[in-house]
Amino acid sequence: MSAGSVLLWVVLPYVAVTIFIVGHVWRYRHDQFGWTSRSTQLLEHRLLAWGSPLFHYGALAAIGGHVLGILIPPAATGAVGIDEDAYHLLAVIGGGIAGAATVVGFLILLYRRATVRRVAVTTSWLDIAAYGLLAFAIGVGTAETLAVQAFGDAFDYRDSVGAWFRSLVTFQPETESITDARLIFQIHAISAWPLYALWPFTRLVHAWSIPLQYIGRPYILYRQRYPAAR
Amino acid sequence: MRVRAQMGMVMALDKCIGCHTCSVTCKQVWTNRPGAEYMWFNDVETKPGVGYPKRWEDQEQWRGGWELDRKGRLRLKGGGRLKKLLSIFSNPDMPAIDDYYEPWTYDYKTLIEAPLSKQDPVARPRSQLTGEEIEIKWGPNWDDNLAGTAGRLEQDPAMEGLQEQVKASYEEAFMFYLPRICEHCLNPSCVASCPSGAMYKREEDGIVLVDQAKCRGWRFCVSGCPYKKVYFNHRTGKAEKCTLCYPRIEAGLPTICSETCVGRIRYLGLVLYDSDRVEAAASVPDEHDLLDAQRDVFCDPEDPEVRAQAARDGIPDDWIEASRRSPVYALAMRYGVALPLHPEYRTLPMVWYVPPLSPIVNTLETDGYEADPDHILPAIDRMRIPVEYLANLLAAGDVEVIRDVLRRLAAMRGHMRKREILAEHDEQLPAGVGLSVTDVEDLYRLLAIGKYEDRYVIPQAHTELASHLMEQQGACGLDFEGGPGNCGMIADPAAAIEKANESFMLVDAAAKGGLGDAARLDAPSEPGDGGQDFNLLQVLHRGPGEQAGSG
Ligand code: SF4
Ligand code: SF4
Ligand code: SF4
Repeated sequence: MSAGSVLLWVVLPYVAVTIFIVGHVWRYRHDQFGWTSRSTQLLEHRLLAWGSPLFHYGALAAIGGHVLGILIPPAATGAVGIDEDAYHLLAVIGGGIAGAATVVGFLILLYRRATVRRVAVTTSWLDIAAYGLLAFAIGVGTAETLAVQAFGDAFDYRDSVGAWFRSLVTFQPETESITDARLIFQIHAISAWPLYALWPFTRLVHAWSIPLQYIGRPYILYRQRYPAAR
Repeated sequence: MRVRAQMGMVMALDKCIGCHTCSVTCKQVWTNRPGAEYMWFNDVETKPGVGYPKRWEDQEQWRGGWELDRKGRLRLKGGGRLKKLLSIFSNPDMPAIDDYYEPWTYDYKTLIEAPLSKQDPVARPRSQLTGEEIEIKWGPNWDDNLAGTAGRLEQDPAMEGLQEQVKASYEEAFMFYLPRICEHCLNPSCVASCPSGAMYKREEDGIVLVDQAKCRGWRFCVSGCPYKKVYFNHRTGKAEKCTLCYPRIEAGLPTICSETCVGRIRYLGLVLYDSDRVEAAASVPDEHDLLDAQRDVFCDPEDPEVRAQAARDGIPDDWIEASRRSPVYALAMRYGVALPLHPEYRTLPMVWYVPPLSPIVNTLETDGYEADPDHILPAIDRMRIPVEYLANLLAAGDVEVIRDVLRRLAAMRGHMRKREILAEHDEQLPAGVGLSVTDVEDLYRLLAIGKYEDRYVIPQAHTELASHLMEQQGACGLDFEGGPGNCGMIADPAAAIEKANESFMLVDAAAKGGLGDAARLDAPSEPGDGGQDFNLLQVLHRGPGEQAGSG
């Protein structure tokens, strides 16, 4: 392991994840008021009605795909009866659809943010940074899915990128499996970390607030101001 | 039976002169901020008219409020919980800013900096959304006093079914003003629509608020409120609404809009109600029964049993006493002249209206009747269009309800006119509408004289809690950037949400257990929260478009 590769493949991820966690705790404790999706639907809704669901559903599916592909070892999927070929097919078709939805949705949202003046003026530097990092990660990810997985000579990232990622998760970091991976996969893997580091400071925090608790909640909520009044 | 107290309002529409003072003073206090320019917690609409936002009354379009499903159960018109979560990325029923209007300011600088010239300099309008010059095409009260209404009258949803009869003569003669604020409903669909659990109804006084700390900007409250009285702040990304000026109410003072009302049309007071019967009342099958169902939910504060139960349910004695003197209860129940706005939305609204008699009298005059009160009563029975219009607004289309109220008001006028001008005493007139002479004279005092202390009967929040209130005044309100000021509330619904059960309502049990100062947003224990800690975020949240608007 050279110093450079340790820096890139071990230090960078851990630093990013540390910022990710600490940043979220800090933001949650100190900036509840800023914790919002900052929706701009009020200002523009026609483009949003297409772009936003496409992007969000696509991204959610893509995130699920990443968990399946990177976090879960091939042995585990094999054990439940999904062999290598079946997995590949699932990954290419499912990943392709999710990726396409994400990309199209993202492009619509990008176009909207850039051209609709009402929306453009609400854009902060942080939004621009988040958009930039997202664009890069999505772009590289889509390119590798298309160029390599679907139409190229498929590359087994589960035993390379996946193995490296799992080594980070289990706190036994190693760099060989990732440095052996194809360049485009390496770039995609790196592209995630700055995004994670920036995440807690952007509007992306709303991802943790998907209000699933609404299911099964009573409709009308009461609150007491001062218990002493009773 | 579970007795709760609700701060309610009644507006006597005959007295509203349409001056918009209420709207302006409310705006100065609550929504004079970036992102809130387009919000009018109080707005005054000319009726007939399109309203603000445009056609807000058309629930087939906006899908606010409640409806009954096939089995007769109450459900949100905008769809259930699952549908909401699935459409969270783009709310299909949300009004766009242009349905309200594009807020603007004027380029006042040119007035000051223009060089000497023959022509006077002109301040051009500039959009507060983009900072660009705009041509003003619509505003919050564009059709004020029926301005330009001729081509637009059909767009008023309450006109449905009576369009063809609305002739030009009626357009000229039949007009009144409808001031609107949040209804602080007993069965608030905004609260039910909020997936984050950020909206709540205060148990003590029924005021409906948005917890700014918990709101995540999902926007379902905006579409869920049939009165369109929750607004989305496009700068802060949080929902905001009329607070019923709770810091003033807590201090025993009337709301800003009431205090400054030029026509003195507004009444504030407590109504005791049985919260266990709310859901059933909102679920009665026939829309025409909703008024009586809601009246049934109210408890008579003169009934000793009600008072005993209220005391058992923790309502302080002075509050119970105040509810006996409540002008809201008197107008809605004792004299039966106030009606809820659009009861068919099934939210059980708590801002009621005394329908206007004057435009009816005007209409009679154009029709050749003298404004002689002896002629009004029979004329009311014959008259169609204005009564139907008022019925669409205030009685789910039930014209008999409107006729009944108008008869009472006409009887009051007739009785007082006879007494004051002709020095006659006539018991027939009041008796004919089911009121006693004392009733009618009390009603006259309340409506026509309307002394300050009779219009506003507001018991203070409790003195043993004064320390809390002080603290709130020191650290709350508009202090933090972009904050609408409803930060005096409990900031921990999370624990309550965990305790969720299948019942329709939830009382925040966590808050009951004792609300430490740490749980309060504005707790002095963390004074830095609004200060230094925010600066990093404030700096980072600046953007390239920041020169626009007043942000
Ligand atoms: S009127 Fe007020 S309380 Fe009623 S649903 Fe609308 S916002 Fe909620
Ligand atoms: S009660 Fe207060 S916040 Fe509500 S409309 Fe009136 S002035 Fe505005
Ligand atoms: S201040 Fe009073 S009289 Fe004037 S518009 Fe408002 S409610 Fe009507």
